[in-house]
Amino acid sequence: VSHSQITRLYSRFTSLDKGENGTLSREDFQRIPELAINPLGDRIINAFFPEGEDQVNFRGFMRTLAHFRPIEDNEKSKDQNGPEPLNSRSNKLHFAFRLYDLDKDGKISRDELLQVLRMMVGVNISDEQLGSIADRTIQEADQDGDSAISFAEFVKVLEKVDVEQKMSIRFLH
Amino acid sequence: LDYQHVQVPFEITLWIMLASLAKIGFHLYNKLPSVVPESCLLIFVGLIMGGIIYGLNDRSPPVMDSDIFFLYLLPPIVLDAGYFMPSRPFFENIGTILLYAVVGTIWNVFGIGFSLYGICQVKAFRLQDVSLLHNLLFGSLIAAVDPVAVLAVFEEIHVNEKLHILVFGESLLNDAVTVVLYKLFRSFCEMPTIKSMDVFAGVGKFFVVGLGGVLVGLAFGMTAAFTTRFTKDIRVIEPLFVFLYSYLSYLTAEMFHLSGIVAIIACAMGMKRYVEANISLKSHTTVKYFMKMWSSVSDTLIFIFLGVSTIGENHEWNWPYICFTVIFCLVWRALGVLVLTFFVNRLHVNTITGKDQFIIAYGGLRGAICFSLVFLLPDFHRKKLFIAATTVVILFTVFIQGMTIRPLVDLLAVKRKRESAPTVGEQIHIRFLDHLLAGIEDISGHWGQYYWKDKLEYFNSKYLQKILLREYDQPKSSIVLLYEKLERKHAIELAEAGQLGHAPSHPSLLNDNRTILRDKKLEDALNPDVLENIQEILARNLYRIRRTGPAYNRHTLPGETEHVEHTKEILILRHRSL
Repeated sequence: VSHSQITRLYSRFTSLDKGENGTLSREDFQRIPELAINPLGDRIINAFFPEGEDQVNFRGFMRTLAHFRPIEDNEKSKDQNGPEPLNSRSNKLHFAFRLYDLDKDGKISRDELLQVLRMMVGVNISDEQLGSIADRTIQEADQDGDSAISFAEFVKVLEKVDVEQKMSIRFLH
Repeated sequence: LDYQHVQVPFEITLWIMLASLAKIGFHLYNKLPSVVPESCLLIFVGLIMGGIIYGLNDRSPPVMDSDIFFLYLLPPIVLDAGYFMPSRPFFENIGTILLYAVVGTIWNVFGIGFSLYGICQVKAFRLQDVSLLHNLLFGSLIAAVDPVAVLAVFEEIHVNEKLHILVFGESLLNDAVTVVLYKLFRSFCEMPTIKSMDVFAGVGKFFVVGLGGVLVGLAFGMTAAFTTRFTKDIRVIEPLFVFLYSYLSYLTAEMFHLSGIVAIIACAMGMKRYVEANISLKSHTTVKYFMKMWSSVSDTLIFIFLGVSTIGENHEWNWPYICFTVIFCLVWRALGVLVLTFFVNRLHVNTITGKDQFIIAYGGLRGAICFSLVFLLPDFHRKKLFIAATTVVILFTVFIQGMTIRPLVDLLAVKRKRESAPTVGEQIHIRFLDHLLAGIEDISGHWGQYYWKDKLEYFNSKYLQKILLREYDQPKSSIVLLYEKLERKHAIELAEAGQLGHAPSHPSLLNDNRTILRDKKLEDALNPDVLENIQEILARNLYRIRRTGPAYNRHTLPGETEHVEHTKEILILRHRSL
């Protein structure tokens, strides 16, 4: 991450930090108007906060956003032996998976899927219809027959999708 | 029968009536607007009317008076565009928009002018008396992309917000350049010799025209906001101030030879925030409705008059010149877009794709502004040639380009589609990721412009709001206002229903006493009929990402699109879960 990007991120961090105490709380995030009308707004906000904490510092802020750095070509080949960078395809997918899987048992259960679906779809869909959509989704992905989507199955469903592009912020180099 | 007495208002009203009836007629046939853009149909109606008048009177039908166009027909459309222009994407892309508007237009003008001059040199075409200056003058009026035509056609094709704002913003702002170049070349035509000083004066004039227009617009906008601060007791005439001040800004700018279009846009964008906070809700609705109404009428009238004025003896048909004009317009625009986009993509990461470039280039429609400018030309013996060429270019762009842009866009989009339809799971997950990305992008903020936006916000809250707002409290974003409105409505509903508990207002969210056997559900899910049903449900009901819809629509008010309905639903759901 280049120096100028860090500076920009920091200025954004400070402009969000209305309390000026060097950390962001959930209210600071909720103040962003576009986030309020994002169906997944709450979950995205929660993703920034480590387990059980209510404040996130700049390091944590950057760490979460680093998942969304676009993958550059020259990065793919170098450093095969080092730890996988945060913005690798696998880690990006892991981030998304964690947003589905609230109880962190490593699987997206039918209920968790239903919750997300309900957030993304209008109120005109009955519970029954929503249930059948969820069932269909699980049925397509499920390979080990446990009626839930594990991380490996999640990855397989999205294998044809250009996740690297879909999960990269377009204005970060 | 005292026809003379009422003739002028009677005829005007008849024309407006014709325009409105034509509009109704088109929308009666549901299929028609999707194949043929409305502007084409209107020109067609105009052609018919012109033909009828020509046949009856055996002389040329009344040519659209340039004054009528510039003073009465154009301002409502530009005001509507400026008022409802979504300011966030506009200012995000302002650099690109200005680049296309200024540099692109200049490129087009000189390109077309010089290449047409080259054509004139060919002896076979008998065009030698058209001088370079005349060609440049013609180039300056034909190169400008017209906001009216662009708006009319872009509504039919659904492009993403950014592209829409680019083409739209460009068509509005290139007026400044067009005005300067047109007046420059026209004054050069009348001057015996041209010194280089005059050229520099021209360049300087461009800045004066553009910035002057903005200043005039802002001045009137602020005055309008200030006036509405005191209108608490006379709510009925509040909407009038909005229109009066905007129109005055346009006229004042034109009076000083500045760009009226830029002025009116600056006025509308500047005053919108404060005026909306000051005036009552009903006045606000009135303003919105009247603006849409007037701009619709203007729009329709312009196209009809264009059709009417085409018929007649105003033309000199020199086919080589005309054909080459059309070709050069297309070629130079395409080249300009390519070159400029190359530079833009180097500077921003947010690249403009090839498909976008095609739409920008192909969507450069010419319209009524060119037409009026050509009639304003001083009378020299080749004027009719220019009129003919302009007419053909406009008709070509509106008809051919207007009608084919949609199929071509679809064709380009289809090429990227995958071979197999996405599975349900993929659809859901993809949409999930899209929402996630939109959210992260919002959190990470918008670079570069954010610095200026913060400064402007600071200036705004410290000084402007105290002066211009009646009740000075914490600025509320439209989301919060919407939320409060919903809360109030919800509370009223509850009170009326006599319940104080948490009563669900949507029957579909009620949990029926149906027992759902899970095994049975899985079996049903395998059924292909159910699958189709699911796909349809998803396609219709998944919430759209914030940025995929056009934020500005000529025919509907901003509060009535389905996007806002979804927004309300999301807010209600979140509130319930809190």
